[in-house]
Amino acid sequence: MALYDKTAHELHALLTAKEISASELTAEVLKRVDEAEDKIGAYLEITRDKAAADAKAVDDKIARGEAILPLEGIPCAVKDNICTKGIRTTCASKILENFIPPYDATAYIKLAAQNPILIGKANMDEFAMGGSTENSAFHVTRNPHNLERVPGGSSGGSAAAVAGGEAVFALGSDTGGSIRQPASFCGVVGFKPTYGRVSRYGLVAFASSLDQIGPLTRDVTDCALVLNAICGHDDMDSTSTAAQVPDFTKALVADVKGLRIGLPKEYFVKGIDAEVETAVRNVAKKFEGLGAEIVEVSLPHTEYAISTYYIIAPAEAATNLERYDGVSYGARVDGADIVEMMTNTRTEKFGAEVKRRIMIGNYALSAGYYDAYYLKALKVRTLIQRDFTDAFKDVDLILTPTTPNAAFKLGEMTSDPLKMYLQDICTVPVNIAGLPGVSIPCGFTSDKLPLGFQLIGKPLDEATILRAAFTYEQIS
Amino acid sequence: MKISDRDIKTVASLSRLRIREEEADDVLFQLNKILTYVENLQQLDTTDVEPTTYALPMQNVFRADEVKPSLERELALSNAPLKEDGYFKVPRVLEV
Repeated sequence: MALYDKTAHELHALLTAKEISASELTAEVLKRVDEAEDKIGAYLEITRDKAAADAKAVDDKIARGEAILPLEGIPCAVKDNICTKGIRTTCASKILENFIPPYDATAYIKLAAQNPILIGKANMDEFAMGGSTENSAFHVTRNPHNLERVPGGSSGGSAAAVAGGEAVFALGSDTGGSIRQPASFCGVVGFKPTYGRVSRYGLVAFASSLDQIGPLTRDVTDCALVLNAICGHDDMDSTSTAAQVPDFTKALVADVKGLRIGLPKEYFVKGIDAEVETAVRNVAKKFEGLGAEIVEVSLPHTEYAISTYYIIAPAEAATNLERYDGVSYGARVDGADIVEMMTNTRTEKFGAEVKRRIMIGNYALSAGYYDAYYLKALKVRTLIQRDFTDAFKDVDLILTPTTPNAAFKLGEMTSDPLKMYLQDICTVPVNIAGLPGVSIPCGFTSDKLPLGFQLIGKPLDEATILRAAFTYEQIS
Repeated sequence: MKISDRDIKTVASLSRLRIREEEADDVLFQLNKILTYVENLQQLDTTDVEPTTYALPMQNVFRADEVKPSLERELALSNAPLKEDGYFKVPRVLEV
């Protein structure tokens, strides 16, 4: 196996044993980026010089005989909506094309404290709005498993980098499935922590009550290592939880005996591809074989989740994106007066999907429609959340497909936004309820496209998800 | 039709967006399709249901009113499209 395809914990062992140096590893990954990037297009910016300098610093530390941290010297990618001081952060939008953040996102500060090697900023759907990375204002990203297919989105660059050997792990963000869906499409592990586990400070805001940063990795062990690095309370984010963060590597125990895992019947309905359903039902059988109890559960409001999400998320986005007015940062297109300047700036620099969501959001929030759309959606949010609370009285975890189908073709859904939205059916309820969820690879379709299943946990119970995922991984 | 041509113009104007002539039909069509889809929420009786804005319990966070370091002026202005004498510069707002 090539060095650039190994996991972080395998590479850590090689670095510690001095079998490889961080500089060699970084050079290998950068060489792979040079070979693959023309085809895959995972990055918006490659931080080559910084990577080489940071790798050398790790090697110096090893040479001095000092112990290194688990992610130290490991090449990684960071989604381009996570602010990195002095490194361009565009959100894949023309409106932030030249934005150089004057500060770091808290999650990036915490990750950087582990001294991984930043290879670059990963491509995404503009402002994280989309499920295919085709909404990037700069270029598309292709699925490393099949270059005619999308990598998913919106963290498509992060997932493709990890799957394509262009980074060992990556940070993404997940508002309605934007970590889990691309992880599923690209055959990697993608974890959305409980809302509030990871600080959102410095994450370019899309929908503030739903957004959460999380890891994309090659296995569950790496996932736990990255979660250890990035979770924790932050004074700069009033929605970040004060709950204690456990050592997630302690959850990596191969044992699911007595664990009760719920299969929600509403997730196995028309619209779910037969190959996906079979794969997920096989996962359930394997869990049963390992000693877990599989229980049917009901989440009766699942069919309303897309509508709820596609009112709440655009409403929050419309509000958050008001700040792009051509005044304090971002692009400006001149106009005769201030209103014309703002209108010209936003009309020319936002992409079609971003504009669509701003308009849906402002419509749903406007006088006369507020009660029928926004307030109604907030009430249904309560019902969806209650479904999970009720189900979790009976089970420890919920098992579902991550996506209704495997990766679709580039261009297949771009002319039909609603069809693209419906792709999110298995993942949005988790954000609506603020729960932790992971996508774990579970084989391939007959066309050799990766498939994934989703495990959903109780609030702040990432550990049980990791334990079950780790157990499954040992036998898969 | 959930949303009319006129409504869209109002929403676009509130959003500080301009809809170009050549895209107007598609914008109207797609928005109507989405707004028609989300109508399914009206099937649910939510009379006694409280709205949820944040999924997890949230409370206001207080902190001491202390001066802490903040961005230097130059850094805060470093991404401004137009600046002058330490200020953001915008087109004239008031007529004189």
